[in-house]
Amino acid sequence: MGLKQIELTVNDFSHPFLVESDETLLFTLRNRLYLTGTKEGCNQGTCGSCTVLLDGKPVLSCMTPTLRCVEKKVITIEGISSGENLHPVQKYLVKNGGLQCGFCTPGVVMTAVPFLEENPDASRREIKEGLSGNLCRCTGYKKIIDALENAAAEMRS
Amino acid sequence: MSGSIGKPTPFIDAVQKVTGQAMYADDYRMPNMLYVSFFRSTESHAKISKLDISEAESYPGVCAVAIGKDIPISFGVLPISPDENAIAVEKVRYKGEIVAAVAAETIKAAREAVEKIKVVYEPIKAFFDPKDSLEVCAPEEQIHSHTKNGKNIHKTAELRFNEPEKELEIAKNKQSGFFKFAGVTHAFTEPHSTLAIWNRDDTLTVISATQVPFYLHKNISKVLGIPLHKIQVKKPTLGGGFGGKSDPFPHEIITAYLAKKTKRPVKCTFSREEVFITHHGRHPTELSMSVSCDDDGIITALDTDIIIDGGAYGSFGVVTSYYNGVLLQGPYKINKFGFRTRRTYTNKHQCGAMRGHGAVNPRYAVEVLLDMMAQSLNMDPCDLRNKNFLPENTLTVGEFRITSNGVRECLEAVRRKSDWDNRYGKLPFGRGLGVACGFFISGSALPIIWNRYPQTVVHAKLDFDGRIVMFSGASDIGQGSDTLLVQIAAEELGISMEYVQVETADTKITPVDLGSYSSRVTFMVGNAAKTATTKVREEMAKAISKEKDVTAENLIFNNCRIHTKDKSIDLSWEEGVEIALAGRGAFVESGYYISPKLGGDFKGSGAGLSPAYSFGAFISEVDVNPNTGAVIVTKVWGAHDCGKALNPLSVEGQIEGSIHMGLGQAISEEMRYHNGQQINANFFDYRIPSSLDTPDMDITIIESNDAEGPYGAKEAGEGPIHPVLPSIGNAIYDAVGIRMMELPITPEKVLSKMKENA
Ligand code: FES
Ligand code: FES
Repeated sequence: MGLKQIELTVNDFSHPFLVESDETLLFTLRNRLYLTGTKEGCNQGTCGSCTVLLDGKPVLSCMTPTLRCVEKKVITIEGISSGENLHPVQKYLVKNGGLQCGFCTPGVVMTAVPFLEENPDASRREIKEGLSGNLCRCTGYKKIIDALENAAAEMRS
Repeated sequence: MSGSIGKPTPFIDAVQKVTGQAMYADDYRMPNMLYVSFFRSTESHAKISKLDISEAESYPGVCAVAIGKDIPISFGVLPISPDENAIAVEKVRYKGEIVAAVAAETIKAAREAVEKIKVVYEPIKAFFDPKDSLEVCAPEEQIHSHTKNGKNIHKTAELRFNEPEKELEIAKNKQSGFFKFAGVTHAFTEPHSTLAIWNRDDTLTVISATQVPFYLHKNISKVLGIPLHKIQVKKPTLGGGFGGKSDPFPHEIITAYLAKKTKRPVKCTFSREEVFITHHGRHPTELSMSVSCDDDGIITALDTDIIIDGGAYGSFGVVTSYYNGVLLQGPYKINKFGFRTRRTYTNKHQCGAMRGHGAVNPRYAVEVLLDMMAQSLNMDPCDLRNKNFLPENTLTVGEFRITSNGVRECLEAVRRKSDWDNRYGKLPFGRGLGVACGFFISGSALPIIWNRYPQTVVHAKLDFDGRIVMFSGASDIGQGSDTLLVQIAAEELGISMEYVQVETADTKITPVDLGSYSSRVTFMVGNAAKTATTKVREEMAKAISKEKDVTAENLIFNNCRIHTKDKSIDLSWEEGVEIALAGRGAFVESGYYISPKLGGDFKGSGAGLSPAYSFGAFISEVDVNPNTGAVIVTKVWGAHDCGKALNPLSVEGQIEGSIHMGLGQAISEEMRYHNGQQINANFFDYRIPSSLDTPDMDITIIESNDAEGPYGAKEAGEGPIHPVLPSIGNAIYDAVGIRMMELPITPEKVLSKMKENA
């Protein structure tokens, strides 16, 4: 235990920090950087709401020690599409009603963006599989899946 | 309609949510803020004989420690059962109850200090089975001293009309059953969180994840003795509620207390485990029920005896007890009708209101018994239901006033779309279809906290900027009520939604609303918003008619313009605003909603009264694996009569979300306990359906255009859950010939039933 001095690259900017050696990336993002778009639904690796990208791959930030992210690139919901434009995934979640309370939504976006980039031709079934780690209590998933299908179509074109 | 009413409309805060900008309670922080951690009971039922907080108080970073006697005034959501303390006083009644709270400079320090608290308990006999709570016990074993006859019964609700028991005794066609339902919880994704700020003008601001700022405001005032006019409760963006954020909670009151005591901002956010054990979810239920029919399949009587396991405290339990019975008066006409519900106290986490409040479990029983009846009478289950529906504009036996009623159209729609007539009873072994119907209140006509105010008030403000701001106490909990306010203003004023913004759910700024529960917002707040914005339009028309010498009634507000039919007068919205504000400046118009006087004059007649009722019919298709017992729900056809879909996107979303939640309770969700300790207080072990479990959904919206609803609308947030569970149960019968009388329908239960049957 104890504090460690590190540099962490989040959304293309490198921040110097003192972090606890057992600190999670979720804690660092929310409490030290005040990037509160990343949500804490369980802190146990069970809900997916804390998903961020680590070197382009989705990880559960509540299960990721911050010290393991040094010299890697972290992208959060605030950094998607450089934060300026809506990514097709975001655009269709809005348009198709793929969110209600929105608490699961940042995690859904951070899961779906890399998933669809890697699987542009994903079937409905495959989209469901890709989303299976993201719990949503409001929507029944239908409109999320609809939105991701539409986003995939736009990303392909 | 010219505006967005009736058109699929994305929520006004959807972009904020999808970019991570929306602020939920835990996203707020303040300079100089303290963090709270709780010391919780490890006993189910015990006297606190010693509590030593001295080491915690002197732990580095600790600013305050609170215990029960600091805030001993009891409270509860229902003024008739204020049986809870913010922190246990003298005794604990469930494992996990808060015994002390620490506020410290960091969350780490707060948690470490909690470890230093020492307590000695003197255990008392604990009650875990509600049936034990029905028995007389020693006075010192009573969970609450106020219960009668030496038993642990919190409430007995009973109503009886036209002697159903006599009819059932002689009935030729009778179906009876004993049903058992595990407790389930809301499992919203956002954990409870509260930030309390003590302002140096001696006022208190509370930002909390609550569905009902008004209740919290009242209860903080009561417990902490702060005058009502010095409290402000604000609801930020809320990460789901489903009833589970509608009580005022101990942690909210404690956080406010610690802020007052330390004169600093104080925040508390729950872990997922704390969310589970705070619970307030659907009551575990056991019930026996009998239904009788004549030879034509017309229902002649229904009677039921229900025990609901309330846990340690009252919460909404008195209402739940009534709803278990009275909400069975529809959608079928039943003239001989009775129920008794007993709600027991036990030493477990308390139960309260959850989507479909009170009626979900007994609805399952009704619909399964009707299915059995249809089978015994050799009748199609849809036909049997069709024969029994209440008409429109009628009174039920308990004098609920039914206005619009689209249940026939609902059933007709799902029957046709699922190809029921060609497929029911004819699918291969292991696959089946099941049907069920339901109905629900569209807002409770009587307020929980009695008062002489209207149910809700909405203010609409127009100012120099041409913007309409809608002020409403209504809580958007993810269901989209903020969007509804904007849609209504845009509709009434013929402007685009961009001109309208909202200020909502802030007890200092917005006119009070009784909260988001009982599916009341669309109906009540919708009507008030319509009145307020209609008045703004009339005021504007009056001013323009004076200035332009035209009759006000001839002015058309459309497409951001205000014009006469012949366009001899044709103003932009901004020009119209300028005329309307001349000589008077910004103005506010107010609309309110009061429900009509309803109901009979017998005791208990108030429960379940509503200005309108929603109706629905669902058909589910299942795949049952006869070797493993696993049930997969492959498709659900859901039709719901919401009067008028003001925002079809959101109505569909509510129905789809109801299918999700109903599916979870039907096949996988269950609060599991061992000696009063929840043993599955996490999402690994408490299984809510994932995207992979989600069935295909075919949603039909039926619009019966209620005469009193805003634009004809009724509720859609809770009614749709009722038919989901029994449609699955009945489909399992069609698939493999077994009657599932116990929820959740786990593979083990399916296999053992199939064995019994073989
Ligand atoms: S918060 Fe990380 S998975 Fe739930
Ligand atoms: S939108 Fe509420 S949890 Fe997904």
